Amino acid sequence: MPQIELAGIERVFRLGDSEVHALRTLDLAVAAGEYIAVMGPSGSGKSTLLNLLGLLDRPNSGTYRLEGRDVTTLTADEQAQVRRERIGFVFQSFHLVPRLTAAENIGLPMMLAGIAPAERSRRVDQALKDYGLASRADHRPDQLSGGQRQRVAIARATIMRPAMILADEPTGNLDRATGEDVMALLEGLNAGGVTLIVVTHDAALGARARRRLLMEDGLKVEDG
Amino acid sequence: MKPADKLRFALAATTGYPLRTALLILAMAIGVAAVVTLTALGDGARRFVINEFSALGSNLVIVLPGRSETSGFNPANAITGTPRDLTIDDAQSLTRLPAVRRVAPLIIGTSEISAGGKLREVMIAGTTSQYAEVRRLVLAQGRFLPEEDWSRGSPQVVLGTTVSNDLFGGEPAIGKLVRLGDRRFRVVGVLNPIGTGLGMNSDEIAIVPASLAQAMFNSNTLFRILIEARHRDAIEPAKVQVLRQLTERHDGEEDVTVITQDAVLATFDRLLGALTFGVAGIAAISLAVAGILVMNVMLVSVTQRTSEIGLLKALGATGSAIRDAFLAEAAMLSLAGAVVGYGLGQLGSAVVRQLYPTFPAYPPAWAVMAGLGTALATGILFGVMPARRAARLDPVQALAKR
Repeated sequence: MPQIELAGIERVFRLGDSEVHALRTLDLAVAAGEYIAVMGPSGSGKSTLLNLLGLLDRPNSGTYRLEGRDVTTLTADEQAQVRRERIGFVFQSFHLVPRLTAAENIGLPMMLAGIAPAERSRRVDQALKDYGLASRADHRPDQLSGGQRQRVAIARATIMRPAMILADEPTGNLDRATGEDVMALLEGLNAGGVTLIVVTHDAALGARARRRLLMEDGLKVEDG
Repeated sequence: MKPADKLRFALAATTGYPLRTALLILAMAIGVAAVVTLTALGDGARRFVINEFSALGSNLVIVLPGRSETSGFNPANAITGTPRDLTIDDAQSLTRLPAVRRVAPLIIGTSEISAGGKLREVMIAGTTSQYAEVRRLVLAQGRFLPEEDWSRGSPQVVLGTTVSNDLFGGEPAIGKLVRLGDRRFRVVGVLNPIGTGLGMNSDEIAIVPASLAQAMFNSNTLFRILIEARHRDAIEPAKVQVLRQLTERHDGEEDVTVITQDAVLATFDRLLGALTFGVAGIAAISLAVAGILVMNVMLVSVTQRTSEIGLLKALGATGSAIRDAFLAEAAMLSLAGAVVGYGLGQLGSAVVRQLYPTFPAYPPAWAVMAGLGTALATGILFGVMPARRAARLDPVQALAKR
């Protein structure tokens, strides 16, 4: 059974009078532990695909089975629970909460999940050590470098031990060397068994993935 | 999300924007401080008036001739409707009642008073020796009317301070003779200056024995009977006993009205209580304004933190968790404002008390509770809309916003 199974997914946005088909009749199956790069020009629908996979958006038609369960029919709160427990997000612009420290940002998903504070601080300490941020625990995001910020974001994405990580241009705001470090980090997680789906329009980055999806105009034009 | 975490998260959000938080707390504090201080002024006025009234004499029960209200059918009413006179004997009979300490009949009229070629109009109060104690009168010179048979008073008079000065200038008046109408009286005492009470100016008065006043005015009826009850709790029994006694003496007809000072005080109490309430209402408007400000600031806050809300949703926050966090933030801001405002209000009241020591400007407990409660309620109420808006944000669009 594939971990992710999309069948006949359509997503239509309404812009004034016109309809924009961000995704049309998309079918996709992803096995657990895969490393996929989603590529394509701007407006090809790759971000929409990522939002759908992350349950941030709902398709207009089609079904999305995650680990065998149809998640498109879940209520908003049930979807929030799936996001909390199964999905980790990494964003191009990091999306750290500016007033919280690195440690607090990493602990945020556990706080939302209602995990006890003692357990939280134990896991945050471990994550800070694992990602080389131990000396930065009490720094706020504006006191961190870009690479450190993205490492905090990755630590946050993995703290709940999700089944998959969805990364939207994770190196887009980083220089090449730092981007390389971040990608190595993500690929290391993938090697540990986590499904990794990266959206990028950097061909070099896409070439690193074992499977590439090329999107164009809401259609999957190449898979493999 | 655990409740404690929600509170901690909301607290971090309030301290994350210190200027915004300080201004909002200030606005709420001004509203609460206005309620506390203004009600302190209103309630202070109420207490002030009641204190002044208590100075008239305490535990006072007053009998008036005639009924001021009807009370069902009485066989006596069918025979005669004319009220009987309220006589000196009636008054004297009341002295034997167990709940009564002192009794003073009162007859009021005007006459001319003359001495040494000077003449003026004066208000005559005919009464007996205990009037001084009942009304708490203090004498500047001499003594009050002597204890004697109520129906055969001796020709002695106690003068109000203005009357004494008009007739005798600065000279001592004791022992002098004055002419009141066509009778001669010896001055035995002069009152301390007091001012107005019970509708008459005690400085412009001449007090003579009740029986002589009745003779002067050719009248058998009394204007009032002033009764002092034994103590505060005896006021009601005294009222009942007086009414029963007089009804008995008047052949079963209830033709007098008995009022207590408490009843008069209660009226003032109600009036000034209503005033305080009105002032509190006006001050509450500023609380409503502060509430709207909370809503405005929280809406701006939701807009400012749109991408944060999107992130929280991506991290798995439910709509209700986000709503609660924003509500908790609004509640905290309101609560902090209410507490600061309470402190400011108490400070303001203390300053008023310092400036006017006779004015007991203490905010009433109900106003303090209502002020704090309204602050919290408006803060939360006006926080609901922004919080719901935050909870309903579309995560994709929220995340896209920088």
